[in-house]
Amino acid sequence: MRENLHRFFRAARGAGVRLSPAESIDAMRAVAKIGFTDRSVLRDTFLLTLAKTQDEKKALGDCFDLFFDQPEPSQPPPEDSETDEKDAPESGAAADSPGDAGGGDEQAEGLGPLAQMLLAQDRNEIAAAMANAASAASLSDIRYFTQRGIFSGRILDQMGIQRLRDDLDNLTATNPALAERLTAALDGLRDTVRETVSQALMLYGREEAENLRNEILRNAPLSRIEPRQVEQMRHLIRQIARRLRERYSKPRKRQRRGHLDVRRTIRRNAAWGGVPFLTAWKRRHRDKPKIIALCDVSGSVARVSDFFLLLIHSLHEVVSDVRSFAFSGHLIEVSDILESKSPEEAMAEIMSKVGFGSSDYGNSFVDFEDEWMNAITPQTTVIVLGDARSNNLDPRADILRRIGERSKRLVWLNPEGRMAWGWGDSEMPRYSTFCTVVRQCATAQQLERAVSDIVASYQ
Amino acid sequence: MAENRPSASIEAVESGLAAQGYIASRQIATAVYLSQQIEKPILVEGPAGVGKTELAKAIAAWRGLKMIRLQCYEGLDEAKALYEWKYAKQLLYTQILKDKLGEVLGGAETLHAALEQLHDFGDVFFSKEFVEPRPLLQALEQPAGCVLLIDEIDKSDAEFESLLLEILSDFQVTIPELGTVVAVAAPTVILTSNSERDLGDALKRRCLHLHIGFPEQKLEERIVESRVPGISQTLRKQMVGFIHEVRTLDLKKLPSVSETIDWARVLVLLQAPELGHEIVKDTLNVLLKYEADIEATMPQVSTFIAKATRQNVFG
Repeated sequence: MRENLHRFFRAARGAGVRLSPAESIDAMRAVAKIGFTDRSVLRDTFLLTLAKTQDEKKALGDCFDLFFDQPEPSQPPPEDSETDEKDAPESGAAADSPGDAGGGDEQAEGLGPLAQMLLAQDRNEIAAAMANAASAASLSDIRYFTQRGIFSGRILDQMGIQRLRDDLDNLTATNPALAERLTAALDGLRDTVRETVSQALMLYGREEAENLRNEILRNAPLSRIEPRQVEQMRHLIRQIARRLRERYSKPRKRQRRGHLDVRRTIRRNAAWGGVPFLTAWKRRHRDKPKIIALCDVSGSVARVSDFFLLLIHSLHEVVSDVRSFAFSGHLIEVSDILESKSPEEAMAEIMSKVGFGSSDYGNSFVDFEDEWMNAITPQTTVIVLGDARSNNLDPRADILRRIGERSKRLVWLNPEGRMAWGWGDSEMPRYSTFCTVVRQCATAQQLERAVSDIVASYQ
Repeated sequence: MAENRPSASIEAVESGLAAQGYIASRQIATAVYLSQQIEKPILVEGPAGVGKTELAKAIAAWRGLKMIRLQCYEGLDEAKALYEWKYAKQLLYTQILKDKLGEVLGGAETLHAALEQLHDFGDVFFSKEFVEPRPLLQALEQPAGCVLLIDEIDKSDAEFESLLLEILSDFQVTIPELGTVVAVAAPTVILTSNSERDLGDALKRRCLHLHIGFPEQKLEERIVESRVPGISQTLRKQMVGFIHEVRTLDLKKLPSVSETIDWARVLVLLQAPELGHEIVKDTLNVLLKYEADIEATMPQVSTFIAKATRQNVFG
């Protein structure tokens, strides 16, 4: 049974429940007390010991149902394994449908065990044999969908398909009718094995598959991902946001050295006649980041801006104040749209207002200076996201200089590679002299690093 | 104290809690049973008013144990939660013992000997005598064990969470001057949280995680029955049905079990024979705590009453 528990833990990890060894030990101790008799109690026990959030409880519950609802095959009582191979066992695993066991009785002599089993159509027995073969082939190690064929083959080998083929060859000559039945049964067996393997892949392979997909997505250029990947990318961005929140939202231990807070010390020690037993120290006030983001939403930069805005606006716990502006030909504030609408709707509305124009950085900077320049304080980080391709219009780098002087930091994120900066109508070299940091930002990974650095500078 | 031995089975937990007026779902009973069996704290999460704190009280009452409650808030620290030195008493004692001190030190001829004697003296002042135990230390010192309720842990700072880790996993605390204090009898620890902030993984790992949501209709009827015995069966079914309809709305704060009980009491007090449009309108403020929520619910009242009544007839 311990084997099965371990397999279940692995499946649970695949379903996205973060399980540490300590938790699995707890679960095993709990299960030892509870026993396996009552499935609903067992389910509750796992939910209590393993899952630590509401989402995880749901995922684990689904995983539990899938795992224990499998056609009993993958759950054989181990002590039956020897008997199964030799003679027909009475018990075996619990029956799925014992109804159709009354098939053919004319047992052909001299056939291999698998052939006899198939002809007898004893589902329990076949299921048990298949389960043993599956564990012998270590089916729970399956990770990728490409391995399905290999594992199906291994299971069939374990069950003795070689012997069955020989039997089949012999029978075709001697008893064609029986051979036909056997062939049909073999096809059925193949299907069942394939199904078992697919289910195992779903249980055990999910984690690996997801990791692989995320890894690819993280490094894919944001501007060129396909529409069907957008949803996945949003999911990934939300994960990144969660990670950044966890890392930066906890207040770091504040310094206890420095100046004595005389006022608080006296008040605290009033009970002892002002003899300072307890000291109170002045604490350094730490600012939460204030961010002003200016995002180019023209052409190929739009998609990157989309994800960037999504990320910045899901950092509420970490960032106290975000104001976002979108521009292509001119500039508008979009903070309210992003706060009140879902990401898809918000982006559609922003695009309808300012998108699809040819970008004019100079004009947009003028718009910003006219209306919102005094929103920048010495605590503000200003982030400009854009390719700096201004269609040979006046870049107005002087405004950018003034923005840089007013703010704590001025960060420019450019989705284009460094090679392209300064070529054609790119004004990047002119702008970059006024920026504190300039970095390329084309993939989710680069986006995460860029935002992480910005937030970290306030810690 | 015959009830003090670990409960024999989950059903026993369920009926034991029911005897104290706490109707537990199967999952809650399993959690309580497990926490006794493998000696782990329970972390209870869920919306406000579903009976998280009540659970601790019921366990304490059922097992005849003392309940020690620690209410968490921002800025709660070691001195308020764990222990504190009785400075004033120490000071007072030094003043009184001043003469004695002279006597003690008077006998010493060299500086070294005086220092030796002073050492013994210092140890006297940092002994159990001068420790003021706060809730956490109190809980460890109860000879018969106790139920320790750490309420609304999400309101405290992240530092305080780390302070709890030693107590939660080993039932012990370390006081630098005294050494490690180990629990006389392992207390049953219940932590509650409203999910105002995410708790650390380290804390979660040390606990059984129990989520109490809104109860199912049948269970809620039983809860009302046990808490408000005076209510008629029809009215009970109607009002619980009504509340379940209200919970489907998108409100700022959904009515939870405590509101259901309050409302049941109000309806009994007003001697309402059954749920009617007027009486619901008049008492809706018991159920909903925001003006906007009441406004959103008002137009639906008739529909909900009709639904609840129909369900009552067929169910």
